[in-house]
Amino acid sequence: MSEVLLSGGRVVDPNGERAADVRVLDGVVAEVGERLAPGAGALVLDASGAIVTPGLVDLQVHFREPGREDAEDVESGARAAALGGCTAVVCMPNTEPPLDDAAVVEAVLERGRRSACDVRAAGCITKGRAGRELAPLGELYDLGVRIFTDDGDCVADANVMRRAFEYAAALPGAVLAQHAEDPALVRGGHMNEGEWSARLGIPGRPVEAESTIVARDLALARLTGGRYHVLHMSAAQSAHLVREAKAQGVRVTAECTPQHLVLTDEACATFDPVFKMNPPLRSRADVDGMRAALVDGTIDAIATDHAPHPPEAKEQPFEEAPPGMLGVETALAVVWTTLVEPGVVTPERAFAALSWAPARIAGLDADGHGVPIEPGRPANLCVFDPSHTWVVESHALASKSRNSPWEGWTLTGRVRHTILHGRPTVRDGALA
Amino acid sequence: MKHLLSVEDFADRAGIEAMLDLTGHFVAVSQRDIRKVPALRGKTVVSLFYEDSTRTRLSFETAAKRLSADVMTFSVSSSSVNKGESLLDTVQTIEAMGVDAIVVRHSAAGAAARVASWSGASVVNAGDGRHEHPTQALLDAYTLRSHRGPSLDGCRVAIVGDVRNSRVARSDVRMFHALGCEITLVGPPTMMPERLDGWPVTVDYDLDDVCGEVDVLYMLRIQRERIDQALFPSVREYASRWGLTAARMARCKPDTLVMHPGPMNRGVEIAAEVADSARSLVTEQVANGVAVRMAVLWTLLGSGGPIV
Repeated sequence: MSEVLLSGGRVVDPNGERAADVRVLDGVVAEVGERLAPGAGALVLDASGAIVTPGLVDLQVHFREPGREDAEDVESGARAAALGGCTAVVCMPNTEPPLDDAAVVEAVLERGRRSACDVRAAGCITKGRAGRELAPLGELYDLGVRIFTDDGDCVADANVMRRAFEYAAALPGAVLAQHAEDPALVRGGHMNEGEWSARLGIPGRPVEAESTIVARDLALARLTGGRYHVLHMSAAQSAHLVREAKAQGVRVTAECTPQHLVLTDEACATFDPVFKMNPPLRSRADVDGMRAALVDGTIDAIATDHAPHPPEAKEQPFEEAPPGMLGVETALAVVWTTLVEPGVVTPERAFAALSWAPARIAGLDADGHGVPIEPGRPANLCVFDPSHTWVVESHALASKSRNSPWEGWTLTGRVRHTILHGRPTVRDGALA
Repeated sequence: MKHLLSVEDFADRAGIEAMLDLTGHFVAVSQRDIRKVPALRGKTVVSLFYEDSTRTRLSFETAAKRLSADVMTFSVSSSSVNKGESLLDTVQTIEAMGVDAIVVRHSAAGAAARVASWSGASVVNAGDGRHEHPTQALLDAYTLRSHRGPSLDGCRVAIVGDVRNSRVARSDVRMFHALGCEITLVGPPTMMPERLDGWPVTVDYDLDDVCGEVDVLYMLRIQRERIDQALFPSVREYASRWGLTAARMARCKPDTLVMHPGPMNRGVEIAAEVADSARSLVTEQVANGVAVRMAVLWTLLGSGGPIV
């Protein structure tokens, strides 16, 4: 029997917070209580001064496999995610070829089985992410796919989106996730439209490109009774629409990235494309709107949109570089440093948004992610030291790429151990 | 000053005025029989142009040669860029040959700033996307100052046209404001900046309201492609509402000056008879461009000794 004992920490999970050791036997939580004694041969992991929480779940990562393994692959991405405290991730389908086909999805899942995380795949809504014909949602669903999206691109055709909502009603637990940016309104744009784009002469992507799609999709979700998830929501006016729709009982959830909760479009004044992503970094007012929406639960989850690009892709002029930022390895520490420590959100709210809320959205709670730490539950855990300070150095991150917008930031809090199905994937801050 | 990437690289008005005064010395040099000084002998200046440009490129290269610098020309159409070489690799290649200044023209905002971040050489922005064209703004200021200066305090300037997509407008607004001018932007609302926070300007959509009031009408080039982007309906409609026609010019004050960065679309933003009139400074702007660029290169690369 293999035993792991997490000793001396404070447990934070959907049931609240308490001081407790956690005994894990054969991948399952066996006992939660104070001053547990290790059994013979137990691996004792120090959790003193640390928070023991359900493993983090990242709803939106781009591990670039298949197609761009030079930027990232499932193995390297999962290692980075584990170092960030994740036990499960959902890979976005904008790969080359895209995840619109059962064989391609199965190949990604197979790669995931040998990685440091439980890797799930999101499937395309439309074939080739072209926005016209439905992808084989049912075949992908049978492989365990629960999130469908054309992420990277918006499903612009309202009728296609409507039919996808209708069709997905036959697939219990399935959710349509939208990259909400109207392609006509963002055409040619490279950063948030506003004060800074006007000054810098970089064509803009207005917040209305997001909010109009969110408004349309919420109407379609109302019409069809479908489940809808807003990926990387960035605009205060979108949050307002989601808040209203939730109050009316529309089946909608929303996520936000750490960067949209912290950074503003002013960063683009450096012309460094490391600050380029879609949707773009917004104004201070939108950042404040995202924070308010996180606090009041309008935003359910924090996801990273981890989007690696090789150095040469980002060593270009801003308008020519591809959008996207690294995130899996820094998300929790960024949230802790910028939102929890200053008192914007409570630790419980932060962990809910990083673990159990996204787990429920993706149906990963059924696989033992983001579940309460109690006897009989699968042991997918994160042990986080909230007092460890460190400086982000892109070259020291586990990702194959270097495009972290947090380069040089001093962060407070770091993952000490990550436990996947009872085995450490990260131990004392390093890959096990 | 190591680079000139933006008008904002000048710390203050005095810095700009010092550059304009220096330009005056080089205008004098350009009027000599032998229009060449040895100031930058042994220095190498590369012009790296990713966009077609005749006048700006010729102007920079002429300026460098009149300062006795060696000039290398990197022309995109005949270069390895067509073989997929990145801007970074190109800059590193040029740098490896040993250069002192790189003059960059690129279609993307901030391209010159990127080059400056990768290179040990001085970088001069010769136009980066819709962002800035600081030497154009210097030559515009020099030209205007030679007619209305030395102080431009209170000089009323209207910048007319596609301000939103214009690097010239972004640099000129910063430049004219720094020199004390009052600026009005004129054009269709689709061509005004999306947001005016931090822009020291007023906006007016009616050229007829403005043209009788101002000292300078700075006309921007209109690109026909903007019709496809739904910025304006037709050249005819644009010319009738925002073009500087002879009839409009007749309603201006008798000493109102006309400027244009070139190349002009005669009959669109500016009527031929206005462009060729005595109140048009267009040719003078071009002539002053060489001296301005001599002043900039001498400032960035010179030893600080006399010009000779």
